[in-house]
Amino acid sequence: MPYLEFLHISKSYPGVHALRDVSFGVEKGAVHGLMGENGAGKSTLIRLLSGDHRPDTGSEIRIDGEAQKYASTRDAFAAGVIVIHQELQLVPELTVAENLSLGRFPANGGVIAARRMFAEVGRKLKEAGIDIDPRRKVKSLSIGERQMVEIAKAVMLEARIIALDEPTSSLSSRESEILFALIGRLRAEGKIILYISHRLDEVFRLCDSLTVLRDGQLAAHHPTLEGVTRDQVVAEMVGREISNIWGWRPRTLGDVRLKVENLSGDKLPEPASFSVRTGEILGFFGLIGAGRSELTRLVYAADKRLGGTLEIDGAPVQVTTPHDAIRAGIALCSEDRKHDGIIQGRSIEENINISSRRHHTRLGVLSPRREVAVAEEFIAKLKVRTPSRKQDIINLSGGNQQKVILGRWLSEQGIKVLIVDEPTRGIDVGAKAEIYELLYQLAEAGMAIVVVSSELPEVMGICDRLLVMCDGRISAELERAQFNEHAILAAALPDTRTPDKIAS
Amino acid sequence: MANVFKKVMLGDQGLVVIFVLAFALVSLFVPNFLTERNMLGLLQSVVTVGIVACTMMFCLAARDFDLSVGSTVAFAGMVAVMASNATGSIILGLLTALVCGGVVGFINGFVIAKFRINALITTLATMQIVRGLALIASDGRAVGINDPGFYQLALSKLVGVPTPVWVLLVLFVIFGFVLNRTVFGKNTLAVGGNPEASRLAGVNVDRTRIWIFTLQGIVCAIAGILLASRITSGQPNAAIGLELSVISACVLGGVSLAGGRAAMAGVIVGVMIMGIAENVMNLLNIPAFYQYIVRGLILLLAVLLDNLRSSALGRR
Repeated sequence: MPYLEFLHISKSYPGVHALRDVSFGVEKGAVHGLMGENGAGKSTLIRLLSGDHRPDTGSEIRIDGEAQKYASTRDAFAAGVIVIHQELQLVPELTVAENLSLGRFPANGGVIAARRMFAEVGRKLKEAGIDIDPRRKVKSLSIGERQMVEIAKAVMLEARIIALDEPTSSLSSRESEILFALIGRLRAEGKIILYISHRLDEVFRLCDSLTVLRDGQLAAHHPTLEGVTRDQVVAEMVGREISNIWGWRPRTLGDVRLKVENLSGDKLPEPASFSVRTGEILGFFGLIGAGRSELTRLVYAADKRLGGTLEIDGAPVQVTTPHDAIRAGIALCSEDRKHDGIIQGRSIEENINISSRRHHTRLGVLSPRREVAVAEEFIAKLKVRTPSRKQDIINLSGGNQQKVILGRWLSEQGIKVLIVDEPTRGIDVGAKAEIYELLYQLAEAGMAIVVVSSELPEVMGICDRLLVMCDGRISAELERAQFNEHAILAAALPDTRTPDKIAS
Repeated sequence: MANVFKKVMLGDQGLVVIFVLAFALVSLFVPNFLTERNMLGLLQSVVTVGIVACTMMFCLAARDFDLSVGSTVAFAGMVAVMASNATGSIILGLLTALVCGGVVGFINGFVIAKFRINALITTLATMQIVRGLALIASDGRAVGINDPGFYQLALSKLVGVPTPVWVLLVLFVIFGFVLNRTVFGKNTLAVGGNPEASRLAGVNVDRTRIWIFTLQGIVCAIAGILLASRITSGQPNAAIGLELSVISACVLGGVSLAGGRAAMAGVIVGVMIMGIAENVMNLLNIPAFYQYIVRGLILLLAVLLDNLRSSALGRR
């Protein structure tokens, strides 16, 4: 009998069946992959497992044959279940040791026994093979290190089941390797690791077994990955074959649409210049921190500019605020959707209309009919999956949120240059293909598109031309015909590193 | 049954339901409550709080806060009286008061938006400065009104309803409309929901915030003028503690202190609940000291209800 069993799990929210009769089991000492498109029900399943939400009646979660009836995350803790979310739950101002001892500080009459705490945590970190000084403050750690601390927390609480939600989404390759080694050790100790990821490579490399969800239902359960192919899993996730996810097709390019000259800002060591043509998709590739986002944010005037000029269709434009940028026809979809993109607490309708709204007024009065029409139009056009336009945007999956943000700019009249920073971060295969297709259509309609991405296959797959950045400078320019993985990576890496270190 | 109850209470209209129930109960059990005279008295008693709540709603919806409203009301009332006396023209007096209120609000907004100083601190400072100005201008004493025409602002009636109540109703309608049907209103809610995302979406966040505070100042001046007319003088110590009643009424009406959520109907209900509670306690001869406790308890309950409602929403 499997150690962890999901039996007939269903969960409905008002208007949505998030999960429908999902059953599967996971053996002890296994890394179990959980895959599915956004909105397929992975997160819901994890929320039920962590006690965050409660399943509908008739559903049962069993651990070691015992039905779990927990009502809160605290109960789930007690049952040995720990979920490590994408957004980490650490206190930045406290040290690693303090974070790991929160709630159970070793103390003498209320005074924390600091030396004992540091020694204990240090020993446990060492045992787990995590090389982090317990005296460091969490805010000084890299994202990867923080993730390690989270996992260390799970280890210290002697969790039996650890669920990791997209753990590598913000890790470098080296950090990912350390994570994978740690997962291997936990598995050898007989723990269950539920591994949620969009990355097929990782799932195939790490996992012993795999469950695929689609539209809230079980699409496939593989007790072993032997003989299972990637194409098969992708097909199970999307319910259809995706032969070529990129779908790039040639386009005729027009005149220069946007010309950027000597743009400089605090985070760019030297002024940068580039241009994009009508109908062109220009990619910016570089490692994290190479200055891609910084440069494109300057174009949009999201950050303060120190110098430089912009020309649109040959005419100079003054852009000092995002508002000016939009008027000049430049739009930006930011990298950090949650912080810079969505207005949480407001409906899809309002999130679409926020910018284009000024066109929906007569004598200063908004036309609700126009707002509804625009919202409905783009929800349909972009295939946003939602029960209603009134849904709070926070309840949508990442892919659908991204579509809403794109809808915001498409509903704005006269956008000539669309900058999309990490267009498909945290978005599943099916929605990715839809977003790429949308970008092609926009380019064909005459927009100039700038795609910023840290995923090499993505920029190679969809761009007509590529600018590579390294340490804040544009280090190479390649036409599509010249695209070559090795050349691009070589240009992206600072001299001290060699390409094969991150080529995976 | 329990489920239906929960659904109604935690739904969008939960507060309205509570209000209607409370109103019905009070009408049945409190003598003299449901009389024309008492109803008009009740409405008149909420005029000041209700008027200021209109714009406080915008302030809170944009994640800001304004503690200076009480002082501004008193200051504007003083200015209206003194300027009328000095110029011999009521119209000029009222205009001066509106401009002064607007200037106070503009300064609040400008400092908060442009220098990025916390709204709580900024308005805590202006609250004291403006109160000081009112005291200095009047030398700490009440200033009498020369032209009896000034009294008519509060005394006159239209279709049997006092003018201040009409002003209140008109402002409810105007600001309800502004919140839901203008770009400014929608931008206010967006700024409160996520300021950075709003800025990047092209909303002029600074200008929106400055406008909110300026409007707040002007609306406080309106409240101050009506108050001065009712109490037949400019009182430098008027409306002390008003900010707390107004914020209570807004929160009671479901305006989120975290920003991004507000509705005029809710605020009206919030204002009325506070007014009814006070009115009923007066009718029942409950001593004023106890009334503080009851008001505090109502606010606590309202916040608890709001909390339950947010978590119910979050589970969707």
